[in-house]
Amino acid sequence: MTTAENLAGPASVGSPEPETGRSPAATTPPREKTFWSQLASAFAMFRNPKSLTGLVILGAFVAVALLGDFLAPYGALEKDFTALRQAPSWTHLLGTTHMGEDILSQIIYGTRGVLIVGFLAGIIGTAIAVVMGVVAGYTRGWRSESLSAVTNVFLVIPGLPLIIIVASQFENPPLILIAAVLAATGWAWGARVLRAQTMSLRNRDFIQAARANGEPLHRIILVEMLPNLMAIIASSFVGTVTAAVLGLTTLAFIGVIPITNLNWGTILFWAQQNGAFPDFWWWYVPAGLCIAILGVALSLINFGIDEYVNPRLRSAGERARAMKKKGLDVNATMTVVRTVETPARRQAGNTK
Amino acid sequence: MKIPVRFIASRSAFYLFTAWAAITINFFLPRMMAGDPVTAYMQRNAGQISPEAERSLRILFGLDQNSSVWEQYTGYWQLLFSGDLGRSFSNGLAPVGDIISSALPWTLGLVGIATIVSFVLGTATGALIGWRRGSRADVIVPISTFFSTVPYFWLGLIAIAVFSSTLGWFPASHAYDKGSSPVFTADFIGQVIAHGALPAITIVIASLGGWILGMRNMMLTVLDEDYITVAQAKGLPNRRVLWHYAARNAMLPQLSSFALSIGFIVGGTIVMEMVFSYPGIGKLLLDATNAKDYPLMQGVFLIITMAVLCANVLADVAYAILDPRTRQTEA
Repeated sequence: MTTAENLAGPASVGSPEPETGRSPAATTPPREKTFWSQLASAFAMFRNPKSLTGLVILGAFVAVALLGDFLAPYGALEKDFTALRQAPSWTHLLGTTHMGEDILSQIIYGTRGVLIVGFLAGIIGTAIAVVMGVVAGYTRGWRSESLSAVTNVFLVIPGLPLIIIVASQFENPPLILIAAVLAATGWAWGARVLRAQTMSLRNRDFIQAARANGEPLHRIILVEMLPNLMAIIASSFVGTVTAAVLGLTTLAFIGVIPITNLNWGTILFWAQQNGAFPDFWWWYVPAGLCIAILGVALSLINFGIDEYVNPRLRSAGERARAMKKKGLDVNATMTVVRTVETPARRQAGNTK
Repeated sequence: MKIPVRFIASRSAFYLFTAWAAITINFFLPRMMAGDPVTAYMQRNAGQISPEAERSLRILFGLDQNSSVWEQYTGYWQLLFSGDLGRSFSNGLAPVGDIISSALPWTLGLVGIATIVSFVLGTATGALIGWRRGSRADVIVPISTFFSTVPYFWLGLIAIAVFSSTLGWFPASHAYDKGSSPVFTADFIGQVIAHGALPAITIVIASLGGWILGMRNMMLTVLDEDYITVAQAKGLPNRRVLWHYAARNAMLPQLSSFALSIGFIVGGTIVMEMVFSYPGIGKLLLDATNAKDYPLMQGVFLIITMAVLCANVLADVAYAILDPRTRQTEA
């Protein structure tokens, strides 16, 4: 397995310029390639400040979900009828509901529901997107056309109304079903982007070479192509998770999915049902903020991946800032003439 | 201009296929459900409906158990073509078509205006931020992203809590004051604007982020192109380079995501109309879901899907007019 991988693609993991000549690499490896260095290069798209910030915030939420039993001061549904609708205090850090339930504990336990459904939907949706996108991109003719037609149909059909209708059919839908429905309506965008990228990879030299070598199809796709698609797959996963988190909390808030599945949306559902707006801010502000912070964290991860895939997004700003430091303006039409003093340049910029 | 026959044909084929798929999904939805709608309706109105009436109801709803699924399917198409969407259980057996057509203008008016405002505002802001790359204006991107990741219903509820309940600037719900009826008078139009302002503003705030980000990223890519350098080298004023050279080209992907986002906008409408009790199509769907009113659910879903499809057709036409490459490469 390892020798085969060394021979084949992953030298090009994630790098913008895929390494095409593979045979010299086998005889005189330019650099010792260990399992760990390959693993590290597979995650290169996360190695920038934006992605790392997002991952740290996401990690904090995951930790809260895992350690919920230790962190939560009370049970999620533990009622204390002596403390109804209390503002935040030292005994109840985020106050209580109309039934005397501790809101901080509800948020901590609700993290689980949100993350489990979000990640399940992300995994299912990304799996569908990868299969549909890569196959549609690699094959030609009617196979490619029909798969892309199916993708486009799912892209056009409005997701939320469909989810509401489907979810309302079940008295008590299990988590996996909710995740599957969210994934079924959320995979199409990723599949479309993956198809486009696969189509452009299909004609690159190293793929042609692999095909000429007689490598089987599954090997070309799994070993040669997938490593080069990792950044897009990761971004599609993050995008699906974001959409699923918003979808789940929205569904819970609308009351389509049962309140037995505790998540942040459920807290807001209870808050609205029991007249928390506008006076009992501690009941509805924290849960909504949690959704927003999680959403921002996921968007940050994706910003980082975007900048990795399209380096211009980052370099354009950096270049402009560097020029500004030198007293130049990126948009000034006469930037080349450095010796001209600022007023003169400004004049040049203003003249028609 | 040569008419790109092949391009038009392939797009039409796609839309016909999508419409067929949507209508077929729509047909099977109530048939996949646990328990059939008529039995549910009978249970709720126990004793008021005779067995003969039940039989006629079943035929009326196209749920006759004596006919095969294929017969029901073809019958469904016939009804659709004659413009018959069935009758609503929860509204005293009123025709679904009438109920939808009374709700549709509210949604179209409010969400349509809000979406266009958001698109224009977001695209223009994105173009400016892209142009002034590396400046302090970059801060707008994370801020607007924050507002687009905030769940819409939460934003709406907080807006009501602050601007309506506390400050009393806007009415909190409904499309017009209680007791007045839709007539074309200045007073009524004023009411509609007052009631629509808060929902419209929240929709714009929530959807602005996506447009800004998309346009900014595209601008950064376009500004590196040679023709921008040439335009500047020719000594064209910055304003002309920005709007006529860079933004015009950067806007194309925005148009296609505009078409795609319409589906999401419809989703947002449902939540908006729930939060603001706005009498539009989204609230109709929610009410129908809660009442297990399957014909109405079917009808609303069909209308929403068709609206999205129409918007996509329009966006496609606009795209083909603006970008000659699509007409050429597709052929």
